[in-house]
Amino acid sequence: MELDVVSLSRLQFALTAMYHFLFVPLTLGLSILVAIMETVYVMTDRPIWREMTKFWGTLFGINFVLGVATGITMEFQFGMNWSYYSHYVGDIFGAPLAIEGLMAFFLEATFVGLFFFGWDRMSKLGHLAATWAVAAGSNFSALWILIANGWMQNPVGASFNPATMRMEIDNFFEVVFNPVAQAKFVHTVSAGYVTAAIFVLGVSAWYALKGRHIALARRSMAVAASFGLLSSLSVVVLGDESGYLANEHQRMKLAAMEGMWETEPAPAPFTVIGFPDSAARETHHAIQIPAVLGLIATRSLNTELPGIRDLVASAEQRIRSGIIAYDALQKIRAARGVEAAGPEVREAFEANGRNLGYAYLLMRHVADPRQATDAQISAAAWDTVPPVAPLFWSFRIMVGLGFYFIVLLGVFFWLSARQRLTQHRWLLHVAVWSIPLPWIAAEMGWLVAELGRQPWIIEGVLPTAIAVSSLGIAEVALTLAGFVLFYSVLFVIEIGLMLRAIRKGPPASADLAATLPAGAAIPRGAQPAE
Amino acid sequence: MTLHTLLDYETLRLIWWVLLGVLLIGFAATDGFDMGVGALLPFVAKTDVERRVAINTVGPVWEGNQVWFILGGGAIFAAWPPLYAVSFSGFYLAMFVVLAALILRPVAFKYRSKREDARWRNGWDWALFVGGFVPALIFGVAVGNVLQGVPFRLDEDLRPFYEGSFFGLLNPFALLCGLLSVAMLLMHGGAWLALKADGVVAERGRRYGLWAALATVALFALGGLALALFVDGYRITSAVVTDGPSNPLLKEAAVAPGAWFDNFAARPWLWVAPLLGLAGAAVAALLLRLRADGVAILASGLSIFGVISTVGLAMFPFVLPSSLDPRSSLTVWDSSSSHQTLFIMLVVTIIFLPIVLAYTAWVYRVLWGRVTERDVRAETGHFY
Repeated sequence: MELDVVSLSRLQFALTAMYHFLFVPLTLGLSILVAIMETVYVMTDRPIWREMTKFWGTLFGINFVLGVATGITMEFQFGMNWSYYSHYVGDIFGAPLAIEGLMAFFLEATFVGLFFFGWDRMSKLGHLAATWAVAAGSNFSALWILIANGWMQNPVGASFNPATMRMEIDNFFEVVFNPVAQAKFVHTVSAGYVTAAIFVLGVSAWYALKGRHIALARRSMAVAASFGLLSSLSVVVLGDESGYLANEHQRMKLAAMEGMWETEPAPAPFTVIGFPDSAARETHHAIQIPAVLGLIATRSLNTELPGIRDLVASAEQRIRSGIIAYDALQKIRAARGVEAAGPEVREAFEANGRNLGYAYLLMRHVADPRQATDAQISAAAWDTVPPVAPLFWSFRIMVGLGFYFIVLLGVFFWLSARQRLTQHRWLLHVAVWSIPLPWIAAEMGWLVAELGRQPWIIEGVLPTAIAVSSLGIAEVALTLAGFVLFYSVLFVIEIGLMLRAIRKGPPASADLAATLPAGAAIPRGAQPAE
Repeated sequence: MTLHTLLDYETLRLIWWVLLGVLLIGFAATDGFDMGVGALLPFVAKTDVERRVAINTVGPVWEGNQVWFILGGGAIFAAWPPLYAVSFSGFYLAMFVVLAALILRPVAFKYRSKREDARWRNGWDWALFVGGFVPALIFGVAVGNVLQGVPFRLDEDLRPFYEGSFFGLLNPFALLCGLLSVAMLLMHGGAWLALKADGVVAERGRRYGLWAALATVALFALGGLALALFVDGYRITSAVVTDGPSNPLLKEAAVAPGAWFDNFAARPWLWVAPLLGLAGAAVAALLLRLRADGVAILASGLSIFGVISTVGLAMFPFVLPSSLDPRSSLTVWDSSSSHQTLFIMLVVTIIFLPIVLAYTAWVYRVLWGRVTERDVRAETGHFY
């Protein structure tokens, strides 16, 4: 990757987004887990559940604040680094962002103050309502940002307006009910729930191993395992693979994830492992299971999945159509209006306008797309292939971890049902060491979704390369270095405080049921009832 | 979908211009006192307990207040995409500094009191100072530059190009506006401490707030004078089309001395806005002196309302004039979202803004009362 403003801006966006996403999944899930614990407290009136709510709430707070702080960057970065993008699609993309602020951020941020400061100032039910408002706010926020992101993957309900040189909204409901966005929402929040479940499980397992806070640990593990098992199933079953059929580039993403260069006869096989080679345009040493991919992706036995080569051929057609649209647009602008340009130009634009973005792909190779040679058109068509090997591997790591989480949470759910949560020390060790894994899975998922969208910033509409701001390379390099430095320091501080809070544990009153002396061996099979 | 034609494009653009003002004023009036308290922190509170009192007056509410800022970004993106695109990429490095300061602030609030170590706490206290003072200064400097026109142009594809530098932003008039902004938020922060803190912290808040209020009066008057004497306004020189496509290049505009006073000359009742800016601050100073804390914060809020409205009214219909190529200037009539998007966003706002205001008011009511040294010493775990 050469170091130009485009790649530096992409790197900065990727780093700040992935960093932000270190905190978001835990916020999404832990807010709900804490609310569930407080609900049990309000219903049963047992103080241990209040202590649990407060303890996990403290950890929630340390994490939440960095999610909020790094989210500020996200809200403004589109305008700072992607100003042409902001102009070009702000009419559609801005709305979900603003609604997110109005509907979600206010809710979570206003009530999170009451969650921490309001314990002595409100009735139990009042406080519980505040806690659920925080959880609802966090989850609404995920909904709206994924509606925005879903539109980048599948830009429905909008069209290009030559008078304003931008995309404008036609149908807001199509944007909100975009199938790609809905699938992403379920997938992402479920992944957040799994993250929080494994976090709570792992930390509690550590207490169990140390023989500390047993009462809190055991109850927390029971809640986390049941909530987490449901969520981990939802991640896979309601995962967003079905969204990959929504449009051509989503199919390209799917083909790249699978390293599938040729169109396979239906139902397509699933490549368990292999070595995609973008230079040779084939996947070496592939081990395949027949029919599985076709079944997962199309939910049918006879729908064909196109391979990369066929999708490139189709992109080439769209580039040629895009050139006609680009030519018509220049004539419309010269005539200062669609009507003034005459019926022939108008028809050419109407017939080919949806491929205008494909003509912009040529701008990497030639200044005026109308002058493009066949070789340049072919090169631009091959540009529509995202980096295959990183997608192939990220996807496999994510899916592998996803299945591991089901097994892990399933085992603990079973142990919890049989009241043997602390019986197998080695399982507790496994739970502790599993804590970082959901974050790896989540970041891999982000890479699959966003790297898989390249070379587009808005699929089929606007290439990433022309969406950047007209900034100097030094400016972007400076802020990139600044973010890396600043964020690294904050990360170290956050992890330090988190570990400190975990080591300190809940206040002594939380050990109401823990009658064991500190450090005592865990009794086997003879725990009091949950 | 033709529902959006219920309101014509011109009216919607006007409503969204007003809402833009509502958001900026909402931000300055709520998060403004958080930033003011942050910037006053090293001066109004000397000991750790005093600092915790000051911090805990805003502890439960700064997070919600800050959403006004984030929503401001989102709403400008949704309703005024060219403004979002041009201003944030143009003021790139300044924006980076603001973001860094505003990221530091939440972390400082939350993490400061997690450890006993005095150096740790002192470090975060300075972070709170930076997180209050620096954004307040830069926002004012930015407004000062906008009033003078910003060196950007749009090409035929409406791609923005910015040709100024970071240090070019730091000219005398802009710095004057920056100081006004700082004074205004210090006044507001001081008034807040007078109302919500206790004992010596409240007393110092009153004193600093009083001086800041007097500085606000002086700097605002001086700013108006400088605007009249040294800063040229802008005028649209072609026919004004209020419901045309959002394409700034379809009009002509030019630099015009005195143009920023056109609206006040045409509608003299608009002078209410600058008068409110001056009188609000003067009354706030008086009320702080009289220890009428509950009304003082209202007066300082009115002053903020007056000052921000004055800027908006002076520039109308311009929202971001271009000194490099006046034709590229962004105005209310040519830099909004589409008719339909403005309508949808208005519906959403009409539904959700009252709900937000209602529960925000409820939360403030639950948290009513002064934060005392006894409260923070009690170590209930419910304070920072």
